[in-house]
Amino acid sequence: MIRFENVGLRYGMGPEILRDVSFHIPARSFQFLTGPSGAGKTSLLRLLFLSLKPTRGLITVFGKDRTRVSRRELPMIRRRIGVVFQDFRLLDHLTTYENVALPLRVRGREESSYRNDVIELLKWVGLGERMHVLPPVLSGGEKQRTAIARALIEQPEILLADEPTGNVDPPLARRLLRLFIELNRSGTAVVIATHDLGLMDQVDARRMILSEGKLDIYD
Amino acid sequence: MTSLTRILMKPRTAKGRQLTPIVPPTNVSGHALIAVIAIMTFLSCLTLGAVTLVRDTAATWQSQIAREATIQIRPSDQVDMDVQLIEAQRIAAGFPGVRSARVVDREATARLLEPWLGTGLDIDELPVPRLVIVTINEADPPDYQALRQALQDKVKNASLDDHRNWVDRLVAMSRTTVTIGLAALILILSATVLTVVFATRGAMAGNGHIIEVLHFVGAEARFIAAQFRQHFLLVGLKGAAAGGFTAILVFIGFSWWSARNLATPEADQAAALFGDFSIGIDGYSGVAAIVVLIAGLTAITTHLTVIAYLGDVDSHHPDQN
Repeated sequence: MIRFENVGLRYGMGPEILRDVSFHIPARSFQFLTGPSGAGKTSLLRLLFLSLKPTRGLITVFGKDRTRVSRRELPMIRRRIGVVFQDFRLLDHLTTYENVALPLRVRGREESSYRNDVIELLKWVGLGERMHVLPPVLSGGEKQRTAIARALIEQPEILLADEPTGNVDPPLARRLLRLFIELNRSGTAVVIATHDLGLMDQVDARRMILSEGKLDIYD
Repeated sequence: MTSLTRILMKPRTAKGRQLTPIVPPTNVSGHALIAVIAIMTFLSCLTLGAVTLVRDTAATWQSQIAREATIQIRPSDQVDMDVQLIEAQRIAAGFPGVRSARVVDREATARLLEPWLGTGLDIDELPVPRLVIVTINEADPPDYQALRQALQDKVKNASLDDHRNWVDRLVAMSRTTVTIGLAALILILSATVLTVVFATRGAMAGNGHIIEVLHFVGAEARFIAAQFRQHFLLVGLKGAAAGGFTAILVFIGFSWWSARNLATPEADQAAALFGDFSIGIDGYSGVAAIVVLIAGLTAITTHLTVIAYLGDVDSHHPDQN
């Protein structure tokens, strides 16, 4: 699905943030991406999400060489990738319902064609009663679940989540993890970037550990 | 099948409803942009109105002067002035391109000289030239050279003044004034364009997070640009319409003031210089064109800014984690 071969990344003339990173994310797989702060987790996620270009090496996304993906093709590829940002990136003037429905709306879909799906997904993530509330009045956990629901609504082939449990208490973190596991069972590959060792211990999944720009993989 | 799969795979039904616009309704920076656009549109429209006014007034002056010519007969001992005047009137009136010819009688001539020579003047006691006023058909003016020759042949001491010197000077003055006005209009329009561009970019900067989110949820550049273009076109139209409408009110106000004070010396003086302060259909069309131009500029600037922003997002280097 996504393959990295000897990928290196540096910002400007600075040192290499990622060095010779090679891995493959197969379809329907589940993995954690972890490492100390500043190890380059977010940069790696950005590379996975095609919002950065590598300084060197080869990235293949859905069988296509990253360097050959044109700007026009990017939106189509991004639609196959769901992303949950660490800072949620919700639009404060749209309701929870409208934030979750945004990926469908930008595809030009009629609201009547997706309304029931969005409502059911919101119920599934426990936000059925909060669908007409604006993000500023949602708790951190509710915002997190809204961001996850937005990433899931178009059934992405791969979900990238950056510290999805960073802003929630342990019970909610476990609940979110169950949500990701169920999503994975339904056929979506999942990559969770996290510091939370307790979270990783709850699932027997591949661990990708970044340290000083090098990646080690423990299957 | 898991419950999540059931949710995502189920058939799609239900009724549509009104959704919140993706670009939020006008905020503080939006209001500031409307105000800036309104002020710049107002100034542009005022300049355009002034140029139109000067151009129309100069054209009116030119037409008024070109409508008449004057035959002057200088007095001399061998000349019977009344006979010469009637002869000159006859020649002029029968000439093609002349509507009429009228002798300025003794009383009228005395009135003309009154400011210099005082009242009670006996015109026969002084060697005063006499005049015949010739009204010209502007659409088909006479051959002045032929008329001048005919008068010289048959009327002693007669000379024809077709006001050409005055007309030429007025044409030169009006062209200079209109050129200066157009240069001022171009400068103000350029300043307006730059102000609108920078103000739009400023207002857009507050919406960068929206562009970024739309980009990451897979929106195409043209979709994102269309959302912002639509929003800022409306903002531009509101500002430009407010500025244009205020300018029209000012023109109507001047026109009303001018009409209301028609018989006063101040109004006479102003009317002599600027006509009736009415900018006419050309002026109003120009105001409408400026409103449309500025609203369009706002939309185009927005489009280009969004596209440039999206380019930046794609090559943006985020902070490391």
